[in-house]
Amino acid sequence: MIHFVLLISRQGKVRLTKWYSPYSQKERTKVIRELGGVILSRGPKLCNFVDWRGFKVVYKRYASLYFCMCIDQDDNELEVLEIIHHFVEILDRYFGSVCELDLIFNFHKAYYILDELLLAGELQETSKKTVARLIAAQDSLVETAKEQQGSISNIIAQATK
Amino acid sequence: MNPFSSGTRLRDMIRAIRACKTAAEERAVVRKECAAIRAAISENDQDYRHRNLAKLMFIHMLGYPTHFGQMECLKLIASSGFPEKRIGYLGLMLLLDERQEVLMLVTNSLKQDLNHSNQYIIGLALCALGNICSAEMARDLAPEVERLLQFRDPNIRKKAALCSIRIIKKVPDLAENFINPAASLLREKHHGVLITGVQLCTDLCKVSSEALEYFREKCTDGLVKTLRDMANSPYAPEYDVAGITDPFLHIRLLKLMRILGQGDADASDCMNDILAQVATKIESNKNAGNAILYECVGTIMGIEDNGGLRVLAVNILGRFLSNRDNNIRYVALNMLMKAMTVDSQAVQRHRATILECVKDSDASIRKKALDLVYLLVNESNVKPLTKDLIEYLETSDQDFKGVLTDKICSLVEKFSPEKIWYIDQMLKVLSEAGNFVKDEVWHALIVVISNASDLHGYSVRALYRAFQTSTEQESLVRVAVWCIGEYGDMLINNIGMLDIEEPITVTYSDAVDAVEVAIKRHTSDITTKAMALIALLKLSSRFPSCSERIKDIILQNKQSFVLELQQRSIEFNCILQKHQNIRAALVERMPVLDEATFSGRRAGSLPTSVSTSTGTGHSLPNGIAKPAAAPVTDLLDLSSDDAPAPSSSGVDFLQDLLGVDLSPASAPQSTSRPPKGSADVLLDLLSIGASPPAQSNSSASDMLSSIQDNTAPLANLNGLLSLSPLSANATSPASPAPVMDLLDGFGSSPQKKAENGPAYPSLVAYESSSLRMSFNFSKQPGNPQTTLIQATFTNLSPNVYNDFLFQAAVPKFLQLHLDSASSNILPANGSISQSMKVTNSQHGKKSLVMRIRIAYKINDKDVLEEGQVNNFPRDL
Repeated sequence: MIHFVLLISRQGKVRLTKWYSPYSQKERTKVIRELGGVILSRGPKLCNFVDWRGFKVVYKRYASLYFCMCIDQDDNELEVLEIIHHFVEILDRYFGSVCELDLIFNFHKAYYILDELLLAGELQETSKKTVARLIAAQDSLVETAKEQQGSISNIIAQATK
Repeated sequence: MNPFSSGTRLRDMIRAIRACKTAAEERAVVRKECAAIRAAISENDQDYRHRNLAKLMFIHMLGYPTHFGQMECLKLIASSGFPEKRIGYLGLMLLLDERQEVLMLVTNSLKQDLNHSNQYIIGLALCALGNICSAEMARDLAPEVERLLQFRDPNIRKKAALCSIRIIKKVPDLAENFINPAASLLREKHHGVLITGVQLCTDLCKVSSEALEYFREKCTDGLVKTLRDMANSPYAPEYDVAGITDPFLHIRLLKLMRILGQGDADASDCMNDILAQVATKIESNKNAGNAILYECVGTIMGIEDNGGLRVLAVNILGRFLSNRDNNIRYVALNMLMKAMTVDSQAVQRHRATILECVKDSDASIRKKALDLVYLLVNESNVKPLTKDLIEYLETSDQDFKGVLTDKICSLVEKFSPEKIWYIDQMLKVLSEAGNFVKDEVWHALIVVISNASDLHGYSVRALYRAFQTSTEQESLVRVAVWCIGEYGDMLINNIGMLDIEEPITVTYSDAVDAVEVAIKRHTSDITTKAMALIALLKLSSRFPSCSERIKDIILQNKQSFVLELQQRSIEFNCILQKHQNIRAALVERMPVLDEATFSGRRAGSLPTSVSTSTGTGHSLPNGIAKPAAAPVTDLLDLSSDDAPAPSSSGVDFLQDLLGVDLSPASAPQSTSRPPKGSADVLLDLLSIGASPPAQSNSSASDMLSSIQDNTAPLANLNGLLSLSPLSANATSPASPAPVMDLLDGFGSSPQKKAENGPAYPSLVAYESSSLRMSFNFSKQPGNPQTTLIQATFTNLSPNVYNDFLFQAAVPKFLQLHLDSASSNILPANGSISQSMKVTNSQHGKKSLVMRIRIAYKINDKDVLEEGQVNNFPRDL
């Protein structure tokens, strides 16, 4: 299973963290610092796997962002690389050629997408189209709710005038 | 409305934080925002609650504390609208984890949302539950999740399936409820549901053998069919990855098949065809294909044997291994490691390639490859493999040298076909990476050298040569110095030349030069310098022509700031000046070190401490005023209590090296001790003060006379060694040992101790109004760490104690073995006994301590007595 997902920028800034195994806040900071040091210092041509505390961390760099996932020893590293790529492709479709800034300002959206992709540390959906559809449906629910709220408050505002 | 919270939007806050140039500025912005959010929380501001939570999540991601926002998540989840719930659940998953008690409060909301009419809200609740639920929540909400496994919308079914995985991991007892619904998920067509269903089955098999049996029987054929359909399916754009339909599903199916096939020939048989198809048909030019092949190989290795398939699998790995992509080589090494247990011959074929991987530029690959090489080594290939690894040691990175050195040393030791080879290889390692060699490794080398009497000359010459070229490797220097001290004469005179050796010309002063280099080298640490001092002392008698110079060098350390060196220098100087007559005997060559003891000690990996002086007073700063216990001990002993010991095990062993392991000889119970043979005699020779009473007086006095005559001590010694069986029966305690006189007046009355009978008086370890427990102590000969304790329980009351039970606990540095008591009924005014064995790993440093608990029944009423025993004799 995937124990956690980390997105770290090349400068070592955290862009997204998702923990599927219990780590206390203190451990989380420590893990991020430790892995950031290990992964960011690795050269470009090296393999995408790092043995770490009895787990394996699979990472891949896309532009300025490192996508890291921590898995068990007997999990399939190559598949996790595909999962990362899958995630990136979905992000790319959603934001339209995604960049780091998209993930900074819309970090919650990135989380929503991740939640449609992974659950309980396991892969949930292999179809990019389905994920996009589900996210779009939920986004439109939010929009309608906002509009309603807007209109109601308009009505109230007008009524109280 | 709160004036602050309305102020900035999420986007503005992120901008403001990003604009900060320093960490301090960032902290200030965050502090301001947090203050505003807190204010909004305390005012129970509803309009901006979700925005505030979003801000908090961002702040949380930056690493600031955000616990004060946890309740806000709960409030948002409890509200009715989808947008609020969405952000609320996200916050819940980010800000909380399963160990926080606040989480319990959300159970009720979750339950409601799992029954909500809006499927997206159900989805949110399932997602949160699957990601952070605790065992209690799992128990509470399992029925809802189970029901949702049959929900009409597939997107809910798949979420429920993964949520179930979390639940059965938290509460394995619940597994059986999920077996049937999980099996029905396997028949789904929707990929999302199918893949999560397969995953659920896999995890069910891991927690429940019942589930494993069930799926093996009912679902194996179905899974094989699904995989076949998948592998043969035409192009499906929605699931296509690099020309393969849904590699993820492929992989999960293969993984489940591995679990079902493991240990079951029928199930394995039924999978053979499809596995062969996948292994041959999947293209390996893209990562997705390789991922499937990798999983397939794992499954072939995991299920019951089918020769043909295994060949296929190993061939795939061979192909992987020669791939240029580092990732592929990494997984190949990983899988070969697993394949070692199945088919080591097949892996051996790839030895050369694997060895190349050890030299890879990628640390991950190097490490994996080294681990694999370590497994590959056996008696037949150890020589070439070691040669390669040692050659690589020269060029490898500093970071990698430590691991590599460890592995090489361990291999060399484990598989060495002959001693000379072992010594050669260790010498190479020491000269190349001596600083990375662990203490016990060079200790072991010394033990081996000491045991190989025909190689003494060879070793010392080889070490001398190596030392000339590399003086920077600490452990090489130590071993070299030790050997020069011991076998210096062989170095000069080329004694024991082997055919392969080239003779070298070393003069007396060259040898002394070498030791002097070691002692003066500023990078040498205390241990090395101390060893060098001893080597000098030894050389002083071996090289009479250099003794003046040696005295000078020793004296130079008289002003050393390190107490240990200073003390040593003064003591040695004293030996050189005042005790010419015994010097030769004192610095006699070390007895052969006992390999068995050493390896046993290493295996136990206990920092075995060797008692230096037993019985009488502990070490005084120098030997002069000291009671007779063992003056020589102190003279030679590195680790008298005040010495700043560099590392405990190192020093302990060093004591052995220096021949000051006096414990067997000076152990007070030695009257009943069976002699251990030649080594002991020699030890006794060194331990002068302590031994006489125990030993047969004939051999002891022989020894002494030879020393006094100062004639050919070596020859005499040999005579003594052959005499050793004589000492088997100590006839009567010898008259006060004349040796003592030799050390002008050191001695008081060494034999007194021996006449005292048992060295440790028995003691009352515990006493209450109704019960007394007393301890009698005895030691096993040759094992100073272990104390046998005979506990005697005496009933002081007129009642009978039934179900008598004695328990004891000791701190970690002790090991306790309790035998059963002689009876569990303690009669009125009677007594029973129970023996136990305590091993003190800190012997000589810490004394015994024990917490006890005694339980018994008087007229069927339970009585419990507890206490602590602190009054053990100090040196047990």
